Amino acid sequence: MKVSLFITCYNDTLFPATGKAVVSVLERLGHTVDFPQAQTCCGQMHYNTGYQDDARRMMRHFIEVFRDAELICVPSASCVSMIREHYPQLAAETADSSLVRDVEALVPRVYEFCELLVDKLRTVDTGATFPHTVTLHTTCHSLRGTKIGERPVQLLRAVRGLTYIELPQADQCCGFGGTFSIKNADVSAAMLSDKIRAILDTQAEICTAVDNSCLMHIGGALSRQRAGVRCLHLAEILASTAAEAA
Amino acid sequence: MSVKVGQAAAAPAFDKAARSALGNTQLRHNVRNATDVIRARRAHAVAETLDWQQLRDSARAIKDHVLRHLAGYLEQFETACAAAGGKVHWARDADEANGIIVDIVRSHNAREVIKVKTMTSDETALNAALEAAGITPIETDLADLIIQLGADKPSHIVVPALHRNKSEIRRLFMEKMHLQDLGERAEDLTAAARRYLRERFLRASVGFSGANFAIAESGSLCVVESEGNGRMCVTLPKVLISLVGVEKIVPTFGDLEVFLQLLARSATGERMNPYNSIWTGVTPGDGPQEFHVVLLDNGRTGVLADAESRATLACIRCGACLNICPVYRQTGGHAYGSIYAGPIGAILTPQLQGMKHSRSLPYASTLCGACLDVCPVKIDIPSILLHLRHKVVKAHGAPLSERLAMKAAARAFSKGKKLESAQKLVRIAQKPYVHDGVISRLPGMLGSWTRFRDLPQVPAESFRQWWAKRQSKETL
Repeated sequence: MKVSLFITCYNDTLFPATGKAVVSVLERLGHTVDFPQAQTCCGQMHYNTGYQDDARRMMRHFIEVFRDAELICVPSASCVSMIREHYPQLAAETADSSLVRDVEALVPRVYEFCELLVDKLRTVDTGATFPHTVTLHTTCHSLRGTKIGERPVQLLRAVRGLTYIELPQADQCCGFGGTFSIKNADVSAAMLSDKIRAILDTQAEICTAVDNSCLMHIGGALSRQRAGVRCLHLAEILASTAAEAA
Repeated sequence: MSVKVGQAAAAPAFDKAARSALGNTQLRHNVRNATDVIRARRAHAVAETLDWQQLRDSARAIKDHVLRHLAGYLEQFETACAAAGGKVHWARDADEANGIIVDIVRSHNAREVIKVKTMTSDETALNAALEAAGITPIETDLADLIIQLGADKPSHIVVPALHRNKSEIRRLFMEKMHLQDLGERAEDLTAAARRYLRERFLRASVGFSGANFAIAESGSLCVVESEGNGRMCVTLPKVLISLVGVEKIVPTFGDLEVFLQLLARSATGERMNPYNSIWTGVTPGDGPQEFHVVLLDNGRTGVLADAESRATLACIRCGACLNICPVYRQTGGHAYGSIYAGPIGAILTPQLQGMKHSRSLPYASTLCGACLDVCPVKIDIPSILLHLRHKVVKAHGAPLSERLAMKAAARAFSKGKKLESAQKLVRIAQKPYVHDGVISRLPGMLGSWTRFRDLPQVPAESFRQWWAKRQSKETL
């Protein structure tokens, strides 16, 4: 199948390895990947901070860029939540009926990476090998927004050599919350310290998730504490093979 | 008209108040333990019902219906209450409500008022108004008594003294009740409170309550509680005054079937509240012989006018959103600067008293969504927070540095090429801050990030650059 990749702004800038991993997994499974170069950002940061008008402009841009895409793959549950939950409302608030129709046509074609693999491409075993102990941080947007449920665990369990360890209190937010981590840095850090404690208690080498934003938050503390635990997007684990380790 | 919510207008911003709360080890330990216990009990009580989702949907439908027809139901309530011998008063704001209540107490020459736990009277700061008029309010809910004796503030809407532990309470009781000795067990503490309160129950001539529900068809009020002290307040004194927010209306007695199931299980994890008091007007020879209801607006009709956030008024004050909230779990209630804490407080306080006094509250959430999952009336708190954030920004309430950063980011996100230029710029700008591949200290706003976490450096090649290179190789 032909898949158009929406890499997301922060993956593009800060975590290009995640994007390369998505491309590698999809191509390995025999699909064609396309990356529209005009893409930018879904608008989530602006929307969540109260800048609705800016977010709406980004939504219009997104619609133009992906107008003809068959399937849109997004390696971020929070950006998918933005598109699914808030684009319809952002469009409805304008008097523009063609914009509303555009959003209606767009939303069903947008898939979070795990959803795309499991639901649309019917793939659980991606042929990956990753000989490490891994725990999964269930990001809030994957849990309550996109509700992708057990899909990341299904994918991880099919990886050769991987030992999966369940994270206790997995439903607890890590404290990132976008600009919350800046505006309420102290509370954010307090929440993060609970999350770090849970992760370290698992003794896992790797903490993975479907959102690099949360992983940047968690990984930032693990790095500061020299904890020796690495954060890695799920796509990078799935891209890892016996020949090429992530 | 001047709407006020306790002392919230003078409260410090959430982030500052939270910082001092986070430094209080005892408070954090207590809040953590208490919310863990209530969370588990709630989850158990909810899991054993077969029709929880239908109950939630029904409750919300009833509340939405009431909010659409509020004026009519309020008048129906007034007529029915008057027919049963009650007197209904209308108060536009906190001062008006307090004035009405003080006048009634004075007309009976009473010097004391015994009170059932009520958030609404904390909202209007009734106790201060009574004291200013030379009247002593006596809180009879155990937790509220602890708050009152300690000159403290409630930190939770259902369990207001959740931030206190047994030994703190024991010391407080010994000092304020003038006790030579007191045991350390919970039973000893409640026995001391019982002795202290019993004499006050018996001598008071005026009782005061709020209401969980006001039934329009019969003019009845309903109060649910765990201790029975509330039952005494609404039955023992000659005169009873009840302060009720206008949103507390339910159309019929039958509607309680839905709400009483939801409220008890959501609030305390009980199947039913131990005491459910429902009364209608006055009955000769039985209970209070004079009954006043003060219906309070205090900003509620303003909330009703905003279609995007009026669901806030559907709240039944169960506190489940506080107990589940990962932010509340760290800070406890005082950081919210309002008697309404946690997620519901973060949307209710700014709407009631106006955004300019509480513009930090809509940002006191990571939008994790746990509050919506547990809300028994399905209030979409995250969406309302977003709506209020938008209002803050529209009213130019955001800091200048943030506005400029958002503007710059919006420009970068307008075109792929502009994003690419911005990425190049950031790559150069980060250079002085990168050590061993990570950034550990940044100036300005971003310094709040690096106080607690490292930041990965922006890699030499963005994804889009890698892709462009790959494409050009393929086409060669």
